[in-house]
Amino acid sequence: MRKVTILTIALALLFGLAFAGSTITVKGSDTLVRLGQRWAEEYMKKNPGTIIQVSGGGSGTGIAALINGGTDVCEASRDMKEQEYKIAESKGIKPFRVSVALDGIAVFLNEANPVNEFTVDQLKGIYTGAITNWKEVGGSDHIIILYGRENNSGTYAFFKEHILKEEDYAERTQTLPGTAAVVNAVAKDKFGIGYGGIAWATGVKDAAIKKTDSSMAVKPSVETVVNGTYPISRELYWFFNGTPTGEMKKLLNWALSDEGQKVAKDIDYVPLPKEMAEKNMIK
Amino acid sequence: MVQYKFKPKSRIREFLGEKLIALNALAAVIGILLIFIFIFKEALPIFTSSEVRQEAGIGKMLFKQEFYKGREPKWSWQPNSDVPKYSLYPLFLGTLKAAIVAMLFAVPLGVGAAIYSSEFAPRRAREIIKPVIELLAGIPSVVLGFFALIVLATILQNTLGLTYRLNALNAGIALGITVIPVIYTVAEDAMTAVPRSLRDAAIALGANPWQVSISMVLPAALPGIAAGVILGFGRAIGETMIVLMASGNAAIVSGSFVDSIRTFSATIAAEMAEVVFGSPHYNVLFFIGTLLFIFTFMINLGGDFVLMRLREKIQGRTK
Repeated sequence: MRKVTILTIALALLFGLAFAGSTITVKGSDTLVRLGQRWAEEYMKKNPGTIIQVSGGGSGTGIAALINGGTDVCEASRDMKEQEYKIAESKGIKPFRVSVALDGIAVFLNEANPVNEFTVDQLKGIYTGAITNWKEVGGSDHIIILYGRENNSGTYAFFKEHILKEEDYAERTQTLPGTAAVVNAVAKDKFGIGYGGIAWATGVKDAAIKKTDSSMAVKPSVETVVNGTYPISRELYWFFNGTPTGEMKKLLNWALSDEGQKVAKDIDYVPLPKEMAEKNMIK
Repeated sequence: MVQYKFKPKSRIREFLGEKLIALNALAAVIGILLIFIFIFKEALPIFTSSEVRQEAGIGKMLFKQEFYKGREPKWSWQPNSDVPKYSLYPLFLGTLKAAIVAMLFAVPLGVGAAIYSSEFAPRRAREIIKPVIELLAGIPSVVLGFFALIVLATILQNTLGLTYRLNALNAGIALGITVIPVIYTVAEDAMTAVPRSLRDAAIALGANPWQVSISMVLPAALPGIAAGVILGFGRAIGETMIVLMASGNAAIVSGSFVDSIRTFSATIAAEMAEVVFGSPHYNVLFFIGTLLFIFTFMINLGGDFVLMRLREKIQGRTK
């Protein structure tokens, strides 16, 4: 009797799985994980047959999973490195990159700091260690305390590439796990400076950034990132193995649609400009 | 008639049971061995692969390097750079600095508490002190790390006027809290284990309680106290979460204890999650893991050895 019951349950589960439609796994960037989850929820509401599992772990983790065949979609806040492309190729994976949203990186200052703006060059000087004192950028006579992210985060890599122009961070940069920790540290440190995603600044102030000495200082916001006036912005990517087809293509096109991009905007991500989103859709 | 519980018939079962239990005991030994082999295997390309050796050979990890032509040679930990830099010295220095602060903080407190509770405390007080100190060992290190990050760092910065909030001193003190129960437990046991006959002899010769404990019990238990200190040091070197949260994680070469530090264990914890699988950086992290494993293994072995000698010595005298 017991055996029959177990058998029935097993069969039911098996059929259940077979009829449940497709399961899509999404894995990667911690910057994108919140957006990925919201997209999955909304999409599953509209397509009850599809199951989407979203997890974080970081861009590197997601890319490694894509290479090992451990995920269908990899979320990343940076492009794949040359080395990663090489390893993928050797394993027969063809990474297909699509940008799904934008993100700006804000520079955080303590609210008591008299400094309000930097040029991109000044920022580079500060983080490479060429500028060590606040008075060199118009502040009080005190050493600058640098806070940053751990060296494998997408944010670290992006800031290094776009602001430091691939030079090394000053060795006294204190690296903290997560943007929240950086914000917290700067909020407690009068002479601190940090960086992280926009829409994180609570208890600290965002610095306005000037592209060059003569250009206007721009504060980070959804508008200034979309219209391209804020100098430190980046694309957030989804990677697939080859051009997505079937359910994955449907999911991607939905995420890039007005509806999907509105979800992004609602939870403080920066949506893609409309023509860019349409260009990225798979025909 | 007497009913024997174990009949000769059950000999096979007995045999199997015995072997099963032996297997359980062996499992831990085999486990450690396998873990070590795995970690070492992942670190091996540093020695065998010429490609990895070019980027992160032993010499590059140990000695000052001229990373850019014409610039002064230096030690630097910058694994994600166009010129990857894998100097272990800044990390070693950071690990050592945190451990030293932890020991300076924990040894006097741990040993002092052990002397008090084994020699001078009334029985009632001892029954409270011992479990409470041992309870310290049960505090999750994340909680201690969080406390050091939010509260202790601010207090230290404000009272000492420090430039860096998160530094070796801050992390070391938090580490010390986890080390105290290790030192206390071993030292207390060692002092309690000093035989009654020795104490009686000292009292008979006219020594007062203070003289008994300082001139007689303390020297007799010294190896035990040393073992506690050694084991505590091992704990301080391997502990991860506290230093990850409270030390600032900046790999600086400096002698100052109020600069930020980056330790071996925190480096592995912070970088392992996102390292490119199979890259030189990956191998180097496993190499650091191997080093940590060997360090703590040797330290614990040393501590156990000293303890064993102590037992022999004390028991030998009483015979």
